Amino acid sequence: MATLEDKKALIQEVLDAYPEKAAKLRSKHLDVKEEGASDCGVKSNKKSVPGVMTTRGCAYAGAKGVVWGPVKDMIHLSHGPVGCGYYSWSGRRNYYIGTTGVDTFGTMQFTSDFQERDIVFGGDKKLDKLIDELEILFPLSQGTTIESECPVGLIGDDIEAVARKKAKEYGKPVVPVRCEGFRGVSQSLGHHIANDTVRDWVLPKADEYRKLPEGYEPGPYDVNIIGDYNIGGDAWPSRLLLEEIGLRVICQFSGDGTFNEVVMTPLAKLNLIHCYRSMNYICRFMEEKYGIGWLEYNFFGPTQIAKSLRKIAAQFDETIQAKAEEVIAKYQPRMDAIVEKYRPRLEGKKVMMMVGGLRPRHVVPAFKDLGMDVIGTGYEFGHGDDYKRTAEYVDDGTIIYDDVSGYEFEEFAKQLKPDLIASGIKEKYVFQKMALPFRQMHSWDYSGPYHGYDGFEVFARDMDLAINNPTWSLIKAPWA
Amino acid sequence: MRQIAFYGKGGIGKSTTSQNTLAAMAEKGQRIMIVGCDPKADSTRLMLHSKAQTTILHLAAERGAVEDLELDEVLLTGYRGVKCVESGGPEPGVGCAGRGIITAINFLEEEGAYEDLDFVSYDVLGDVVCGGFAMPIREGKAQEIYIVVSGEMMAMYAANNIARGVLKYAHSGGVRLGGLICNSRNTDREIELIEALAAKLNTQMLHFVPRDNVVQHAELRRMTVNEYAPNSNQAQEYAQLADKIINNKNLTIPTPISMDELEELLIEFGILDGDEEYQKALEADKLATAAV
Repeated sequence: MATLEDKKALIQEVLDAYPEKAAKLRSKHLDVKEEGASDCGVKSNKKSVPGVMTTRGCAYAGAKGVVWGPVKDMIHLSHGPVGCGYYSWSGRRNYYIGTTGVDTFGTMQFTSDFQERDIVFGGDKKLDKLIDELEILFPLSQGTTIESECPVGLIGDDIEAVARKKAKEYGKPVVPVRCEGFRGVSQSLGHHIANDTVRDWVLPKADEYRKLPEGYEPGPYDVNIIGDYNIGGDAWPSRLLLEEIGLRVICQFSGDGTFNEVVMTPLAKLNLIHCYRSMNYICRFMEEKYGIGWLEYNFFGPTQIAKSLRKIAAQFDETIQAKAEEVIAKYQPRMDAIVEKYRPRLEGKKVMMMVGGLRPRHVVPAFKDLGMDVIGTGYEFGHGDDYKRTAEYVDDGTIIYDDVSGYEFEEFAKQLKPDLIASGIKEKYVFQKMALPFRQMHSWDYSGPYHGYDGFEVFARDMDLAINNPTWSLIKAPWA
Repeated sequence: MRQIAFYGKGGIGKSTTSQNTLAAMAEKGQRIMIVGCDPKADSTRLMLHSKAQTTILHLAAERGAVEDLELDEVLLTGYRGVKCVESGGPEPGVGCAGRGIITAINFLEEEGAYEDLDFVSYDVLGDVVCGGFAMPIREGKAQEIYIVVSGEMMAMYAANNIARGVLKYAHSGGVRLGGLICNSRNTDREIELIEALAAKLNTQMLHFVPRDNVVQHAELRRMTVNEYAPNSNQAQEYAQLADKIINNKNLTIPTPISMDELEELLIEFGILDGDEEYQKALEADKLATAAV
């Protein structure tokens, strides 16, 4: 499987199993990264082919699970029948600090639990009452978001009217999020919808809602961390790093963030965006409306951390730049030690990845720091701009698969014989049963954090644990 | 037991025609249940002599769920022993009336309301706007559809649309079109027109119900003609229609026609003008404007 032609032939072989129409549709989503190409040559953000297994979620998952869910001191209401809320309950490991049930609600599940009656007669009255109850039970909540499930969109409930009324009654934000799952082709639209609710329902009233601590003075180094959902605590080492180079992080939006942080975002000098896919919309809006610039960064692995720190520091004065160099130099020995320890155990190991909207490119350099090669990668719900950005991360000859189907992923793995698959829970047991080491890249397999210098140590250890686990020598891969 | 349903354009007189006919059928010894499938709940008022009966969904909303209801709370017995039930539904502009009908019919089935009957008649609002309103013509529900129509253009459009709905479920569920019932509006050549439409739809004009004020007089008293003026001509008309439905063997799969075909038919009968006349009329208007 060395040459470009071999890999293209492999893609063709995989496609051959499909009926003609499906093969034609899927062929546009599979390619090999070619030398000098400015993108990955695949189409993306298209409807999944019926009949194949896709790992995609829905708009509700994007809005509730990703963007709004981690805002810890608000109540995020799954509005509709109970299943959507129940099965997305606390699934993303967005860590937070607070007293759950008192001032924070991250691991709790709130649902309007629609019954037949609510469908037939509409659910607005129930929603109204529910918000009353929430106010009595959880007076310290800083507001409510209403994530509407499919039926709410079908029967045309006016959740906006309820939101306006209840916001007025309690003087707290109530944000209606029209993220019905049938909208769009994946969770990606849900991110966009949630971003738009920040634009339309939060930022216009931000001045009114904002509670600034006494003596608060805007500073020249105020930045926001945008789109780090603090999975396994990722945002924490990121924040520490930014603070260490002299910046003041005034908001985490939304991992371990509060509603007040959301309304403080316009006060910053710069938006630092981790997950471009899910939060670029609001960054672009803030740039347009408030003139706040935004910058993407990547804190996976020492090479990218150093690169990102320098890029961020370049936006500020020499003090910050000097501090950034100091910080990079300070951690270098520790990073060298980690690489020295793990690289011999991981050198040359091949990885296939498939994650959501950011990690399929962002984690590549962390693997490279450990001497590993990413030979295939792809997004569940990335767009064209993600694949453009991916081009500079991956080596020529990397197989790129967009919205990869279960069958395709398995076939590629059988042929490419990776040493590690880094993907999600839906893939995990399939590949482990194929005797392949596996790490979850959505939840970090209940480990983490993986961001920042601290995170890299955990990352390196976890990859070593997975690949060099003696269990695998006891099982034979079917082709071995 | 035969399950029939009355469909037709809103305001065409479905509820009036169906209740008057069903009363006549009951007089002939048929055991009947009327299931009103309109949130307005006016399908049984002439039978019960009341404004509107308590509906399944209204009570379900009060109690919490349909499971909390007993059948006898919503199933009333009206004139000539006809059993009456109304599905009810949300106020206009809220919720999902279609789902309401599905809920109500499921409730009736589970509670055994369909026992010891010769006819179940569904009275469905206006047009088949969504899946819920097609519920009575889906599998296991109404097998015979009667479309109430008149010689007016929109009524015929609606009839053709309903025929399309019937066709959709004809093969999966076995529903058939029983015929058109012309509820006369005294338009020109109405009988011929509806007969021609019926022929195109592969069905029959089952009966021509003439216009008679006695229907309104009866309705004012919340009665059917059968009860209010049993000896009137109109009562005879409904009795004839009742016989025709009871003995109807001409159940067909409809062949709905295209908009163009329907318009041709209307042009043929002088209800619509052809393109030529349309152009002429426009020209005339232009000249008239120019002259001013």
